[in-house]
Amino acid sequence: MKKVMMKGVEAIGEAAIKAGCRNYFGYPITPQSELTEYMARRLPEVGGSFLQAESEVAAVNMLYGASSVGKRVMTSTSSPGFSLMQEGISYIACAQLPAVFVNVVRGGPGLGDIQPSQGDYFQATKGGGHGDYRLIVLSPSTVQEATELTLLAFDLADKYRNPVLIFADGLLGQMMEPVAFEEKEITYDNSHWALTGSKNRPPRQVTSFNIDPYGLEKMNIELQKKYRQVEANETRYEEFLIEDADILIVAHGTVGRIAKSVVRMAREEGLKIGLFRPITLYPYPYDALSKAAQEKSLVLTVEMSSGQMLEDVKLAVCGKTKIEFYGRMAGVVPTPEEIFTHLKTLIRGQ
Amino acid sequence: MEFTAVYKMPDSLSKKPFTYCPGCHHGIVHRLVAEVIDELGIREKTIIVAPVGCSVFAYEFFNTDGTVAPHGRATAVATGMKRARPDLVVFTYQGDGDLAAIGTAETIHTANRGERVTTIFINNAIYGMTGGQMAPTTLLGMKTTTSPYGRSPEREGYPVHMCEILKELKGVAFLARTKVTTPKDVLTTKKYIKKAFLAQTKDIGYGLVEVLSTCPTNWGMPPIKAMQWLEQNMVVEYPLGVFVDKVGEEK
Repeated sequence: MKKVMMKGVEAIGEAAIKAGCRNYFGYPITPQSELTEYMARRLPEVGGSFLQAESEVAAVNMLYGASSVGKRVMTSTSSPGFSLMQEGISYIACAQLPAVFVNVVRGGPGLGDIQPSQGDYFQATKGGGHGDYRLIVLSPSTVQEATELTLLAFDLADKYRNPVLIFADGLLGQMMEPVAFEEKEITYDNSHWALTGSKNRPPRQVTSFNIDPYGLEKMNIELQKKYRQVEANETRYEEFLIEDADILIVAHGTVGRIAKSVVRMAREEGLKIGLFRPITLYPYPYDALSKAAQEKSLVLTVEMSSGQMLEDVKLAVCGKTKIEFYGRMAGVVPTPEEIFTHLKTLIRGQ
Repeated sequence: MEFTAVYKMPDSLSKKPFTYCPGCHHGIVHRLVAEVIDELGIREKTIIVAPVGCSVFAYEFFNTDGTVAPHGRATAVATGMKRARPDLVVFTYQGDGDLAAIGTAETIHTANRGERVTTIFINNAIYGMTGGQMAPTTLLGMKTTTSPYGRSPEREGYPVHMCEILKELKGVAFLARTKVTTPKDVLTTKKYIKKAFLAQTKDIGYGLVEVLSTCPTNWGMPPIKAMQWLEQNMVVEYPLGVFVDKVGEEK
């Protein structure tokens, strides 16, 4: 496959087009505006429709509309904008509409800054909006992986009729790397449920509304059944040099990539360190991590947050292995050297 | 003997009984919209976007595909549908809280973009479903559960006139304010609704019809008195008429 140099967010945009997405709605926000700009440029070239919304609130509801008529749709934003979309995401999830979201996470809380962060982990994986719903959350660590996960995101969104989130950060979004796109025929057909006009069939409704609590509970039970299927079928992770490892680092996304460098540095010094990198943040690879952490002397969780994924690591490890945490917040990216230094301090203390 | 039907339920209504209060004007307006859809022959490509409010169930009353949008976002949802499927006919049905308070930004920008969608705007100067709270269109001096001493301009500001705001936007192709308190008004309203749909189907721009309506339950009046109150108070505050018409007369 031919490789081209692309910025992370633009590669995600091109992957969306390759996935058959022809409808994009979004609102500019740093550090992802290049994706919005890319779609503005590219979509008309492929017969698609780009619309700059008046707000993220409007954008997410435009997504709802375009998805409900059966089309593949995407929006992208960064943390404060993603907060504004939460109500709409809850509606989309309950109405069982496929839609792909990209959150290029930046430092927070509040207005925060525009540097890379993973501080929206709770929002992405534990709700964000109201009610009992789940987002499928994919966390790429390279530009190449971001393109592959974007293609996957559209397939998963259609397969499960559920919103899917690409959880990126400013580092991944802004860096340029060589990428290759898999050329494949894209076909999808949502005509069996979409609002296409009631020609030759009874009218259909797409709704997240049911005034009868027993009826709404039934809708909820359907959603939960679907989430159990997602958990059984779609959990993804990468294991790197874990078999002989004595210590396991757990990190996702950009930090997962940095941690890989730490593992290599440690191996050069003869330290047996391995990496467990969750790719799906929901469904979280609890079982695989539980297994990977067995008989290790230490699990070190590293994040660009105060320790949000740490809670899932604790659930997975379940007290069987000692867990330590190293995190930087607010847009500060940890270097491999500082993580390695911290790791060596922990080893000396053992 | 042969009989000809001269009056029947429009095909575009689902025949599900309305859930509206006695004397409420939603029923009349629903029927008019359905008659227009029938007459334009667009039922099989029309989608209704219902709002949050008393007409939250509107999508169950029409014999068309439909959905219900988050509060205030009906025109954003309609925009998404229309951008993805320009061949469909999409209309929103919204109340004053939905369209003129929480959804003001969506209303203005949808109109300004000239989205090929149609909006039926029910202005009854009060929040109906939540139980009679102040609306952006509540009249000065009018008592509601959240303006119990009467709406005062110092405290709550002035009633919002959406048609007068929207008429300045170049994307608007048809814009009118009407009422349905007399048979003549009902016929005029139907004509306006038809034009608001034609603005869309003829690819001219955004169409909106504001219908001044009663809420006997939350106004605390019997239906006839509510009609009189609407004539004597709401029509004074909100002048009726056509604000924008780029559709022209039907041949």
